[in-house]
Amino acid sequence: MFSTLIGVPVGAALGLTRFMGRKLLVAFMYTGMGFPPVVIGLFVYLMLSRSGPLGQLNSPLIPALFTPGAMIIAQTIIAFPLVAGFTMAAVMSVDPQLRQQVQSLGATTWQTAWTVITEARIGVIVAVIAGFGGIISEVGAVMLVGGNIEGRTRVLTTAIVLETRKGNFELAIALGLILLGITFVINALMLRLQGKAIDT
Amino acid sequence: MTALKPGVNGQGLSATLPDHVRYSIEGVSKVYAGRQVLQIDRMDIRRGEILALVGPSGAGKSTLLRMLNFLEPPSAGRIRYGDFEYGPNGEAPLATRRQVTTVSQRPVLLNRAVQANVHFGLHLRGQRKAARQVDAALQQVGLAHLARQQARTLSGGEAQRVALARAMVLQPAVLLLDEPTANLDPYNVGLIEQIVRTLNREQGMTLVLVTHNIFQAHRLAHRVGFMLDGRLVEVADTQTFFEAPVDPRTAAFVRGDMVY
Repeated sequence: MFSTLIGVPVGAALGLTRFMGRKLLVAFMYTGMGFPPVVIGLFVYLMLSRSGPLGQLNSPLIPALFTPGAMIIAQTIIAFPLVAGFTMAAVMSVDPQLRQQVQSLGATTWQTAWTVITEARIGVIVAVIAGFGGIISEVGAVMLVGGNIEGRTRVLTTAIVLETRKGNFELAIALGLILLGITFVINALMLRLQGKAIDT
Repeated sequence: MTALKPGVNGQGLSATLPDHVRYSIEGVSKVYAGRQVLQIDRMDIRRGEILALVGPSGAGKSTLLRMLNFLEPPSAGRIRYGDFEYGPNGEAPLATRRQVTTVSQRPVLLNRAVQANVHFGLHLRGQRKAARQVDAALQQVGLAHLARQQARTLSGGEAQRVALARAMVLQPAVLLLDEPTANLDPYNVGLIEQIVRTLNREQGMTLVLVTHNIFQAHRLAHRVGFMLDGRLVEVADTQTFFEAPVDPRTAAFVRGDMVY
């Protein structure tokens, strides 16, 4: 969710504008797309832990380690480059002539950007699906920063790991099926959105 | 008001443009990456005229159109439009920019229905409901029956007519046409030329037409300007331009002798 909120605008901005340092940012983003999630988990762990730079602040705005908040931070960092990268690619694939023609029809800068994003909507939805796919299947980072605490920070993927270790294969398989089901339903919903986008 | 180099127009400065002048181009040049692509010392575009700009590719015609649409400021000099002066790094107020629109050689339509494409410019101006105007514009270009069709399924000629409809529906004061009929079949060319004439006669719209086709310029324009290597060689009434051009290069171009 958060990755979408941040990733789509950033990706669009990177696709639409040219500025100093843009290439460097894009290079960082591509690196982020292939970054092992567990390393990001480690990074967030170290930042948030009691002796880490952010943990020491004891600020109410910064979630403590082993809380859902910490997991959201890790997941956001994991999905953000995926969402931004795919959004950028989608926006850049829109005919550059379109921007000028839209401007010529009297669009403001924001209206122009919005029009280009809606023209790239199929790619933008793919970006969101990729981001979602990246985090729903994620195990290592959420286990590190969440701690897999029952009823609090245990999610389907970490529960599967635990049940498999305990030898409860039936339960693990059942959980796996539920995870697959949820992923399928959400992707189907997004595809429907995409289909609508194509039709209207 | 920005200071103007003395001697650019020889008539002295007046704060407002005379009524019959739509644009006044004064000492305008455009430089891309150190290379000058356009240099026009002086040219007026009259209110309610069809002005054709002819000349070979790379003569700066399209660059000039982008400036007249206020999408790209000149590197030097100024373009006056009403009370507005468009100079280096200038930015036109939205209301001014929205009085002018362009139809390009290669229209890019939105991946939506035809009627949504025609509605688009009105939508940008906050007019959510405009079915009647959209319908009328489509009627005018002879495509009312395709209103609900997806724009990407149209042929080249149909797409160009939709592009014309989406510009027309805005009732701009100035319509800029950048090679609007290149690559079109004679039927569509005739249709578009007829619409251009109607817009000019019935709505008094000012039109600037960039074209390679001197016959089209002859058919449509009140005045014709000849551009070469970023410079305006000559601008004259259509008859004078074709029958008694002053500049030998214009004469060669009109005869079809010009090698470029």
